[in-house]
Amino acid sequence: MLFYTLKRFGVALLVLVTVSLVTFTLLRLSGDPAAAMAGESATEEDIEYVRKHYGFDKPLPVQYWAWATKALHGDFGRSVYLKRPVAQIVAEKAPVTMMLGACSLLFALMLSIPLGVLAAMRPNTITDRTALTIAVIGQAFPSFFFALILILIFGVNLRLLPITGNDTWLHFILPSIALGYYATPAIMRMTRAGMLDVLGSDYIRTAKAKGLRPPVVLFKHALRNAIIPVVSLSAVQLGFMLGGSIVIETIFSLHGIGRLAWQSIQRSDFEMMQAIVLTVACFYIVLTFLADVLNAFLDPKIRVH
Amino acid sequence: MSISTSPDNLPSAVEILEPSPAALLRRRAFKHYGFIIGGAVLAFIVLMALTAPILAPYDPYDQELTERFIPPIWHAKGDWAHPLGTDFYGRDYLSRTMYGAQVSLLIGFTAMLISGVIGTALGVAAGYFGGKVDMVITFIITTRLAMPVILVALVVVALIGGSMSVVIWVLGLLIWDRFAVVMRSTTQQIRNLDYIAAAEAAGCSIIRLLLTEVMPNVVNALIVIATLEIAHAILLEAALSFLGLGVQPPTPSWGLMVSEGKGHMFFKPWVISIPGFALFALVLCINLLGDGIRDITAPENRN
Repeated sequence: MLFYTLKRFGVALLVLVTVSLVTFTLLRLSGDPAAAMAGESATEEDIEYVRKHYGFDKPLPVQYWAWATKALHGDFGRSVYLKRPVAQIVAEKAPVTMMLGACSLLFALMLSIPLGVLAAMRPNTITDRTALTIAVIGQAFPSFFFALILILIFGVNLRLLPITGNDTWLHFILPSIALGYYATPAIMRMTRAGMLDVLGSDYIRTAKAKGLRPPVVLFKHALRNAIIPVVSLSAVQLGFMLGGSIVIETIFSLHGIGRLAWQSIQRSDFEMMQAIVLTVACFYIVLTFLADVLNAFLDPKIRVH
Repeated sequence: MSISTSPDNLPSAVEILEPSPAALLRRRAFKHYGFIIGGAVLAFIVLMALTAPILAPYDPYDQELTERFIPPIWHAKGDWAHPLGTDFYGRDYLSRTMYGAQVSLLIGFTAMLISGVIGTALGVAAGYFGGKVDMVITFIITTRLAMPVILVALVVVALIGGSMSVVIWVLGLLIWDRFAVVMRSTTQQIRNLDYIAAAEAAGCSIIRLLLTEVMPNVVNALIVIATLEIAHAILLEAALSFLGLGVQPPTPSWGLMVSEGKGHMFFKPWVISIPGFALFALVLCINLLGDGIRDITAPENRN
């Protein structure tokens, strides 16, 4: 188990370094960062000054090395717009995005696990089809459109819930539904498949033959085993949701990393964009690492491979 | 020669009665509701996109400032001159929605082609060669999955400048992961079959072996992923355009139409609901079609 954990940790670190390298190069090859930072009304001299000042004139490997050594000391540069260290701003905004991610995942699980269990209990019936339809619709609904519909119905017509800002937990309800619905299909399908698999196994037949009540068989015996792969899938989905939160945060004006990313793009805040991409990638890497280890802990077969 | 009724001839009679594989596939397709509905709606949308230059009642860019925000016909104040109403600039919404289908389909399809080539090449190579090659490619896939698609796409499009071709390339270069993952595992399954060993023994070159022996056997899985990735790319394009960093105005992209309409949605909800539901219908039917193809071609459903 320790060896497996160390190995996964090593891979995760390597992935992080590679992602930082790719992001760094990608951003510098996509355009002229100096021109972007200097703004639209900048003269040639201004751009040249920015280029020199931030070291964009040096070769890429040199730039990367300089950036990476600073980053290892926690210095990700300064925001040209907010005039403060990037790391500080990201750390301020991160809790909102994490809260949104956690609430979204909670919503997705609360919707998809019961649906998946129901579908598996009566496969190929109306119940199963309905559950599947809900999942398929979730996959096809553009998140931004779904968010706007939620705003129209619950915020404007019914006046039930707040639609902008992140002051109270009520503010997180609509954004979490909009973001979490997208993760529902995958989790539901996996719950259904896992339950179908387990319900057909010998030990469930034994449990039934012993005369245990159906709810006990279903929840205590079947669901516990069926849900193992769902745990790691949830972690991966959470990672995807944090990456996709930019759309939802922009619509609902949540002051998290996603909205900050969008604002930084509008303001050509170069170092900020870079730090945010890395932060979100980092979330994903940590989450998948935890999922891998948790999975190996729950299912010893994985450790051997 | 008399007509023989000996038992030897019976098997051939059975063979004649058995339908051809193509007929079986057709039969299964016509029994699959998702496939039929998805296919029909998709065919309708594709037809709408193709015939837009002929059938669209107006030029989608034509502004008529005296005819702003005419509601669609199901509304009390609707007007048959503009069946789906008009937008803020008085542009005909039906024409814009029809041309919007072109944008979505074009971006979805070409981005899928680019990502399909990259993902299939990586996946098949990893699955076929295994060992070190597999290790490196798996690492590349893991790295790609760790990069947040929407965020990276937004930043890159913002730095290069938004246009249709930029969006296509950025999405195509980003979303190849599912192709690679599925092609890798499908190829791994085929890799150890006897006929591959036979082809190797016969002295087949690797390129030829991959193209003529491996590819035909992964093509079913490839078609399924391709349809799902078209839907994925269409959704991503819409999200990028919605955030103002995809296809640029005045191009009629559905995501952009929702974005342009969102300031007026409280009193004129159709400006977001028409392009929004068009997008939903397109993605839904592509997904239904993809799921249908998977069910129909899956080996376990062959009987």
